[in-house]
Amino acid sequence: MWAFILRNILQRLLLLVFVSILAHSVAHLAPGQPSEVDPSNPRMKPEDIARIRAAFHLDEPLHLQYVYWMRDLATGELKSFKDSQPVLPKIWQRFLNSLPLFICETLIIWSLSFPIGIYAAVRRGSAYDRTSTFVAYTLISIPGFFLSYLVILWVVSTFNVPVIGMKTFGMEDAQPVFRWMDRLWHLVIPSLMSAVAGIAILSRYVRSQMLEVIGQDYVRTARAKGLPEDAVIYHHALRNALLPFVTMFGFLLPGLIGGSVIFEQIFAWPGLGRLGYEAILNRDFPVILTLNFIAAVLTLAGTFVSDILYAVVDPRIRLQ
Amino acid sequence: MGPDNRSLLAIKNLSVSFFSDKGEVRAVRDVSLTINAGQTLALVGESGCGKSTVALAIMRLIDAPGRIVGGQIRFKGRDLAALPESELRAIRGKEIGMIFQEPMTSLNPVFPIGEQIGEVLSTHLGLSDRAARAEALRLLEKVGIPSAAQRIDQYPHELSGGMKQRVMIAIALACQPDLLIADEPTTALDVTIQAQILELLQALQEEMRMAILLITHNLGVVAQFAKDVQVMYAGKIVEQADVITLFKNPLHPYTRALLKALPRPGHRAERLASIPGTVPSPLQYPKGCAFAPRCPDERAGYRENQPPLHEVEPGHAVACWLYLQGLSNED
Amino acid sequence: MADSRHAAALAELLPDLPTPETPLQELWRIFYKDRLAVIGLVVLIFLLIAALAGKVLTEWTVTFDPATVRLPDKFKPPLSSASVDLIPPADRPLFGTYLLGTDELGRDVFARMLQGSFVSLSIGFIAVGISVLIGIVLGGLAGFYGTVKLGFMTVDTLIMRFTDVMLCFPTFFLILTVVALLPPSIYNIMIVIGLTSWEGTARFVRAEFLTLREQDFVVAAQALGLPERRIIFRHMVPNAIAPVLMSATIGVASAILTESALSFLGFGVQPPYATWGNILADGKDFIFDAPWLFFIPGVAILVVVLAFNLVGEGLREAFNPKLRRR
Repeated sequence: MWAFILRNILQRLLLLVFVSILAHSVAHLAPGQPSEVDPSNPRMKPEDIARIRAAFHLDEPLHLQYVYWMRDLATGELKSFKDSQPVLPKIWQRFLNSLPLFICETLIIWSLSFPIGIYAAVRRGSAYDRTSTFVAYTLISIPGFFLSYLVILWVVSTFNVPVIGMKTFGMEDAQPVFRWMDRLWHLVIPSLMSAVAGIAILSRYVRSQMLEVIGQDYVRTARAKGLPEDAVIYHHALRNALLPFVTMFGFLLPGLIGGSVIFEQIFAWPGLGRLGYEAILNRDFPVILTLNFIAAVLTLAGTFVSDILYAVVDPRIRLQ
Repeated sequence: MGPDNRSLLAIKNLSVSFFSDKGEVRAVRDVSLTINAGQTLALVGESGCGKSTVALAIMRLIDAPGRIVGGQIRFKGRDLAALPESELRAIRGKEIGMIFQEPMTSLNPVFPIGEQIGEVLSTHLGLSDRAARAEALRLLEKVGIPSAAQRIDQYPHELSGGMKQRVMIAIALACQPDLLIADEPTTALDVTIQAQILELLQALQEEMRMAILLITHNLGVVAQFAKDVQVMYAGKIVEQADVITLFKNPLHPYTRALLKALPRPGHRAERLASIPGTVPSPLQYPKGCAFAPRCPDERAGYRENQPPLHEVEPGHAVACWLYLQGLSNED
Repeated sequence: MADSRHAAALAELLPDLPTPETPLQELWRIFYKDRLAVIGLVVLIFLLIAALAGKVLTEWTVTFDPATVRLPDKFKPPLSSASVDLIPPADRPLFGTYLLGTDELGRDVFARMLQGSFVSLSIGFIAVGISVLIGIVLGGLAGFYGTVKLGFMTVDTLIMRFTDVMLCFPTFFLILTVVALLPPSIYNIMIVIGLTSWEGTARFVRAEFLTLREQDFVVAAQALGLPERRIIFRHMVPNAIAPVLMSATIGVASAILTESALSFLGFGVQPPYATWGNILADGKDFIFDAPWLFFIPGVAILVVVLAFNLVGEGLREAFNPKLRRR
């Protein structure tokens, strides 16, 4: 078991190195200058440009730049191109903002998808099944921001409440209870909207997994034993159907960065996705690269957790 | 084939169809058979003739798009085809046990085998977990699993095919059912293991006085094991007899061909006899005798009219025009 | 072709049997049973016609002009007529009516949607085309030559690790990064989407090839001494096509959605090209004043993407023999 884990970790570390090199090369091969260094800016004198370029090692060969980046990242010294502030604290701050949104969204997705999907599988072909199938496809097909705007419009006009941003302006003076309620309220719509596509996709997957398991021979054996139908579905079938989802759990982590760009933009949520978007607009390479790197770390960590979890829950793998 | 009120299982005019997008597949057509207590009946036929479907139908384990479209399944006087699901569940696993053809996939891979045996006991007999485990251990030993005390906590993938089938037998017999349905229990196993499993079943049957419905396409198994035999072809019963009569005096051309097709050691090397033609597709059964297109003794009109099952001598019935018209060469 | 000859020969010998259907007929029969998938297919056919018509009618024989700016007629709701006195005859829409209204510059929304359909669709197809090509090549190599060693790794491990590397990047973020850093161009968008979405196809193809390689007909072909290229292309690829086709259909849908998301963020296709994505993005500023500018492209994208998804699912059911029997 330990050999398995160790080998796994080593492989991933190797992968991480490749990924960071790839990301670094891609970013620096793009034409154009980083934000500070704007030749068209009249206030930039040639000496300033040269100084800034030297400060950010931009004239060095590519592999040296990579080394500098890694070194600065490891020591926490990495600075943003845009405002020369340290990158890591910035990212951490935004991460804390993104976290509640992410947790809320994940909870909604996972707690709703399973009942919906299982029920559709057990009642295959029924009106419920066909309706939920159609609804799921529709939700997958709506552009995320289209649906979000519609919902925002509807909520604002019907309930007359604010929905944008993390909190209402001026709430700092209110009592903690109200501040907390305000925060929670602001969390609801964005996380719901982010969760919509996830619910649609995951519930379909749950359904197809359940259907496949229900058709297996051992489910027929369970019925032949005279077990009550609940035990057949929720004990025998579900336990097997859940196996692949345990592995999907690990893939959740990377979602922190990737999916949130759009929704954070719509809801003006100052999180990681928005940071990434701003960094791209500003050609702020250190931030972009670090975010990509963190995303890669999260992905590798996530898949690692998945592999371990799979070995834990599936007795067939455990005993290899 | 005793009178109705003494039989354990009496299937009358059972028909099962599968409704696929290509049409209605009539897998079982008007099948009737009877099993008495403690008796072993073998249901023989080639793949696709509907014998497994009959077995599954008894316990109503047929999945959509198939369903029972007609007939009765009288078990101890009650019609299983009409019973509400809750009452049927009380019978499944308790009064009727079933073992399947594929032991490799018939056990749940994520639960230890002891647990899978135990749950039958706790569901039907209300045993506590400890009592169920103790009984499961006893059952494992009874079916001949070596080192049962270690094996009881193992997972199915740690066992060989033969051992898995023994576990299935243990599960099926846990509550001492009156009838055991064995659907091709040895087909997927090695030949040496086949013999062991059959011997085990025989020993258990003697000890527990239970009836066995044995589904198989292997005539050798039939000869060794069964007391009565029913031969199925294309969804219908074509011949019924006790095993000795069937082997000594087969009447239906299909049965005769089957027996002739068995290679016999000691005989001069000669061409293997095979039956010309192929089994008709279930979507296209002829209106009359389904075997007629392949029958060497076919006459006009056989293909258009169904021969009914007709008792030629006591305890020996056949569904064949040759005997109904007294035109057989052997008469 | 061989199947239909075979079917004909059988039909002659055994007149009582129904003629067996070719795989294609069987596929269609199962697909046809799924009503939603058929509706989706109809929608897609309409879309194809609209896109082609769009290309022709807005660029070659200009019946609908998406670029004409008519400031006096801006923000006209759908089905309203042009102001005859303010607009010169050359600029007037067909039949004097704005079928879907006008936008903030007085441009005919119907014409823009028509033009956009071709652009959006071509982005989808080309991006998916690229990703499928890469996926088939990499997946096929990994599946067929998997155990061949190059240095210290097998071909299979090499390709799969590379796939893992690509999967490490959050896809949308990566696309956004590249598109933002490169000069804005419709081709860049197509290529980038194509370069970042081949992993799924590669997996499918590799899995299919791995199973197919063990099957008897491949071994038989090898025993006959057929050249490997022939084995791969004539025998294995047709069998592996099924999941690829399915993921390609869904891939086009996803490419269209990605393009609209990029447009929303300001990095999509630039003017003067109209895509449904950028029409929608422009329209979001006018939700209250001219709601049709937002709803029409949004609903259009929804319907088209839904149609692709439904057809993709219909294909999945049709191709999957396991699900078929239920």
